[in-house]
Amino acid sequence: MAVRAVECIEESDPRFRRLDEVIERYGRDPSALIQVLHEAQRLFGYLPEPVQLRVARRLGIPVSHVFGVSTFYALFSLQPAGRHRIQVCMGTACYVRGGEQLLAELQDKLKVGIGETTADGRFRLEAARCLGCCGLSPVIMVDGDVYAECKPRLIPAILRKYE
Amino acid sequence: MESVTVADRALPGRAVEEARPEVNLVTLYIDGRLVQVPAGVTVLEAARQAGIRIPVLCHHPSLPPDGACRVCLVEVEGHKTLVPSCQFPVSDGLRVSTNSPLVREARRMVVELLLARHPRGCLGCVRSGSCELQELARQVGADPERFPGEPPPREVDDSSPALTRDPGKCILCGRCVRMCSLQGVGALGFAYRGLKTAVGPAFSRRLAEVSCVACGQCASVCPVGAITERDDTARVWEALADPARYVVVQVAPAVRASLGEVMGLPPGTAVTGRLVTALRRLGFRRVFDTEFTADLTVVEEANELLHRLAGGGPLPMFTSCSPAWVKFCEHFFPSYLPHLSTCKSPQQMMGALLKTYFAEVERIDPDAIFSVSVMPCTAKKMEAARPEMGREGRRDVDAVLTTRELARMIREAGLDLASLPEDRFDPPLGAATGAGSVFGVTGGVMEAALRTVSEWVTGRELGTLEFAALRGMEGMREATVQLDGQEVRVAVIHGLGNAARFLRTLGDEVRSYHFVEVMACPGGCVGGGGQPYAREAEVKRARASVLYREDAGRRVRLSHRNPALQWLYRHWLGEVGGEKAHQLLHTTYQPREPY
Repeated sequence: MAVRAVECIEESDPRFRRLDEVIERYGRDPSALIQVLHEAQRLFGYLPEPVQLRVARRLGIPVSHVFGVSTFYALFSLQPAGRHRIQVCMGTACYVRGGEQLLAELQDKLKVGIGETTADGRFRLEAARCLGCCGLSPVIMVDGDVYAECKPRLIPAILRKYE
Repeated sequence: MESVTVADRALPGRAVEEARPEVNLVTLYIDGRLVQVPAGVTVLEAARQAGIRIPVLCHHPSLPPDGACRVCLVEVEGHKTLVPSCQFPVSDGLRVSTNSPLVREARRMVVELLLARHPRGCLGCVRSGSCELQELARQVGADPERFPGEPPPREVDDSSPALTRDPGKCILCGRCVRMCSLQGVGALGFAYRGLKTAVGPAFSRRLAEVSCVACGQCASVCPVGAITERDDTARVWEALADPARYVVVQVAPAVRASLGEVMGLPPGTAVTGRLVTALRRLGFRRVFDTEFTADLTVVEEANELLHRLAGGGPLPMFTSCSPAWVKFCEHFFPSYLPHLSTCKSPQQMMGALLKTYFAEVERIDPDAIFSVSVMPCTAKKMEAARPEMGREGRRDVDAVLTTRELARMIREAGLDLASLPEDRFDPPLGAATGAGSVFGVTGGVMEAALRTVSEWVTGRELGTLEFAALRGMEGMREATVQLDGQEVRVAVIHGLGNAARFLRTLGDEVRSYHFVEVMACPGGCVGGGGQPYAREAEVKRARASVLYREDAGRRVRLSHRNPALQWLYRHWLGEVGGEKAHQLLHTTYQPREPY
């Protein structure tokens, strides 16, 4: 998966010190990897390479293993969060009523794939599980705002509302 | 004949456990037959002892079991699902079926599912004929078209001079991941999930960009063609066919001890003489013996050790002939770099001499010389490519072939190694002492060096060298040698994971040793990453015995007594450890990132 948005994180970034404190709190125990990664993602918004390297070094495990865990769980993201989060519902009702077309339109307009962030850091596109508003299908959600009976031609206007 | 004995020839491979009377025995039934085994073994192992070879794929005797591939499934009475025999423990009264219709059907389905995500072009794959998946498919009678369609190919990683990765062929057995971890490197891991699951370095990096040390142990356990040594045979064929090039070759000790295995001969067959003939028939103009420069390495290194023992450098001194160990040290223990011997490896010393001494003496234009080496090792390809290993725009070693690659070339040339007549290595770089032979086995470099050191210092032969397990840890031994009143503590380590454990566990105590031999591969070079594929530890032991026999059969067994070597020093090289020796035969190292 290509990393669309690249952020430069300096070695001197204060968040690293907080990450180190977290790791110390877990006693640098390698088996605390997942908890540490959770905290790291809370701190940085995602798990970029320098963060994974730091975690690997401090826990004394190979970075290939850290990378393996980061890429295995859907919750962990290797892409920056983006200012606005777009979720396209892919539950059954939304799916049969055009969810895929909405997803395709968004990928085309934003030039990103699923789970990726636009180059300018504005939007992050995700495919979501059933959002539970099947009567309003097909649904997309942006930053928690629900757009019911959405159609591809309505997408540009929706996106314009979010800087 | 000089008598040099070393009491503990700790041959590679795990020690055979003798059944002690107080060990618990367990009685179980496998395929209706009563089987009695010690408690604590797996059903797979119990079946093996009963003469039943349950097929496996992710399981490997050198690695902890994983239960990933599900090929070894068996039926156990009372269990509602089939269980992986590689992990299931034996217990009294257990009833196991390894070949019921259900088991055979399940096993076949597992293999067919593996084949469904595997490229079909067997004929064009380098592992065709030695591929474990191919053999398994044959064994279970798999139908490769049961689940038709091929997976999309994945990008090949040929960044490393030593190893090539083809993730498209990977069956995700995880052997390479476990092995890389066992070697203390951990450059390879599993990433992603579902159909996207892939094995490789972190961040989808290429091997040359991460801390891979090129030891090739991953390649030696890969059941398919997903990770293999970089193929340099084409370059060598091209050089051999070029009339403007003077192509020479050197052969490592461990190669002659193992090549026979892939040419229809039993493990433990020495094929030295026939190997030389084969190389000549392939078109090499001169065939040299790396054991000659092993003797040279001993002389230079023994001299260096004595210099350090007299206060001239940091102790312990670590051997430096294992290039994967050197790179490992550079990545993970850079503070120990000053401790590494500055001596090049025998391969590189030979390479340096070929383009200078040999070219001069034989009046051959060094630019015309194409120097090839045949090694049990994948890391030697990386070593030959190191920038320091050359001068005046020429590489000291132009191409490195693994034992496996040479076997392919011999076969391609239509030669039947077993029936070839015997021949000898060429002078002036072909005569070696027994000390040179044992370089290919763990403990060999230490023994060879100590023979010379002992005679230089005490004037007497090295007595019996008693090795003891180091703190009970596997893969490490230690001994003490008396050198005219000075006690010299030595250690021998094989396997990089063990080297890491040695350095980390002992901490400051490492400095209580004077000389430490490290070989990256378990067993030493006989178990190298480029050796013929073999699963059982007995094969490594058989290979080692060839080298010990070669040593015992030589009239001269002390490196410094090698007449051809003495001639080289006296008439060309100058002083041991002198300026010319330093220029050509010694090298430098550089710290690298651990990731």
